[in-house]
Amino acid sequence: MNVLFRDLYNTLIEFLRTFGAFQLFALRIIRHSPSMLLSRFDLVVAQVFNSGALSLVIIMVSGLFVGAVLGLQAYSNLSLFNAEDWTGVAAAFGLVKELGPVITALLFAERAGTALTSEIGLMKATDQLSAMEMMAVNPVRRVLVPRFLGGFIAMPLLAAIFSMVGMFGAHLVGVELFGVDVGSFWQQIQLTVEMSDINEGILKSIVFGAVASLIAVWEGYNAMPTAEGVGRATTRSVVITAIAVLVFDFMITAAMI
Amino acid sequence: MADQSDNLIEIHDLVYSRGPRRIFDGLNLAIKRGKITAIMGPSGTGKTTLLRLITRQLIPSHGVITVDGVDIATLSQAELYQLRQRFGMLFQNGALLTDLSVFENVAFPLREHTKLSNRLIRHVVLTKLHAVGLRGAADLMPAQLSGGMARRVALARAMVMDPDILIYDEPFVGLDPISMGVIVRLVRRMNDALGITSIIVSHDVEEVSTVADYSFLLSEGKVAASGSPTELRTANSELVRQFMHGMADGPVAFHYDAPGYEEQLLGRDSE
Repeated sequence: MNVLFRDLYNTLIEFLRTFGAFQLFALRIIRHSPSMLLSRFDLVVAQVFNSGALSLVIIMVSGLFVGAVLGLQAYSNLSLFNAEDWTGVAAAFGLVKELGPVITALLFAERAGTALTSEIGLMKATDQLSAMEMMAVNPVRRVLVPRFLGGFIAMPLLAAIFSMVGMFGAHLVGVELFGVDVGSFWQQIQLTVEMSDINEGILKSIVFGAVASLIAVWEGYNAMPTAEGVGRATTRSVVITAIAVLVFDFMITAAMI
Repeated sequence: MADQSDNLIEIHDLVYSRGPRRIFDGLNLAIKRGKITAIMGPSGTGKTTLLRLITRQLIPSHGVITVDGVDIATLSQAELYQLRQRFGMLFQNGALLTDLSVFENVAFPLREHTKLSNRLIRHVVLTKLHAVGLRGAADLMPAQLSGGMARRVALARAMVMDPDILIYDEPFVGLDPISMGVIVRLVRRMNDALGITSIIVSHDVEEVSTVADYSFLLSEGKVAASGSPTELRTANSELVRQFMHGMADGPVAFHYDAPGYEEQLLGRDSE
C-alpha cells in the first residue's frame, strides 16, 4: 500500500514538474516570437508552407466528407419535422463552431505535428542543435520559434478552409442529392449563423494552433536523442495534442455559452 | 580582459558526474595558445564531455574553467554566445543542418552573425569549401555526402568565422587514408598559418602523434600523463604504455565489470 502511494506521489510530482517546465518553455517561445516575425519572416513563411500548404490536401478531403456527413445526418433528422430547409444551418453550426477547428487540429497534429516533432528530435539526435549552440545561435529561437509560428499561423487558415469545403460538401448532399431548395438552404444559414459563432470558431482554431504547435516542438526538443526516443516522442505528441485539444474545446465552449 | 599568458584555456579541479558515475574527479589541465593540444584516452573517459564542459554546453558540479583568464561560469548568455563565436567546433558526425545545402551550411554562421552582402558571403564560403576540396559539392544536400565529405564540410563551416580556437571531436574516425591525410595537413596548416589554438580529442594514437604539439592522456577522471607525443611514447607508466601501444592487458581493463565467467556460465550467479 505504501509503495502504491509513493508511486502515485512520485508520478504526480513528475507531472507537475513537466507541466511547469512546459509553461516556462512556452514563455521562452512566445518571448522570441515577435522579433522572429520581424527579422526573419522568410523562415516563418517556409514553415507556414511546411505545416500549412502541405496539409491542404488532407484538410480539404476530410472537410468535404465531414461536411457531407453532416448534411446527410441533418437532412435525415430534420426531414422528420419537414424542416429540410435547416439542413444547411445544422451543418454550418457543426462545422464553424466545433468540427472545423477540432478536426483540423487533430489532422494538423497527425500531419504537421508529427513532422515537426520527428524533425526536431532527429536534429537533436544528430547533434544539429548542439552544433547551433556552438555556433552561438540559439536553437530555440532559430529552429523552434519559426516552426511554432508556422503552425500557429497555418492552423486558423486551415480550419477556415476546412469549414468552407465542408459547407460545399453539405451543399452537395443537401441541395444536389436531396433536392433542398438552394435559396432557402443558404438563406437560412445567412439569417441564423451570427458573427459571434464564427468568432468562436476562429478563437478555437487560434488556441488549438498554439497548443498543437507548442506540444509538437516541445516533444521534439525534449525527445531522447535515439531512434526509439524520437519515435516515442512523435507518438506522444499526437496523443497529448488530441487530449489537449478536446479539453480546451470543452473549456472554450463552456466559457462562450 | 585579454590575459596574454601562455595558457588560453585552464581547467582547475574539475568535477563532473553523470548520474552516480563520476566522470571527472579533480581534473587539471591547461591548453597553450597557438598550439595543437590532443586529449586522448580510452573510450568512456569523457573526452567529448570535456569538450562540452569547455564550451559550457554542460556545467561542472565543481571546479573552474577559464578561457583567456575569464571564468566561463560567470558569463551571461549573451557573453557566452560572444565567446562561442571565437570557437569553431567539428562534431564527431559533422552535425550538418540537414535541411540546408552544403553551401548554406557553411554560410550559416555568416548569415546569422554578420550583415555581409550575398556576394561577399559567396566568396568566403567558396574559399573555405575550396580549402577542404569540396567547392564542387556546394549545391549538394548533406544526405548526398559520404561520411568523410560531411566531416570536411563541417570543418569548412567550423572555419568560416575565422575562430581563435578550433575544437575537433574525433576528427579521424572513419576517414579513408586520403581524406585523413588531407585533414591532418589542414589542421596543421591552419594552426601554423592563422595562429589558431587547436584542441583534438581522439583515441587515434598514430594520427594524433603526427599532428599534436602536446598531449594529455585521461584516465579515471584525471590526467594520467601529459607531454609531447615522443615523451608519451617513451614514458614508463604502465597505463601510458598500454594505451600508446594498444595492448589488451594492463591497468585499463578491456572487460566491463562482470561476475566471474565460470560462475555465470554454470548459472551459479542467479541462485
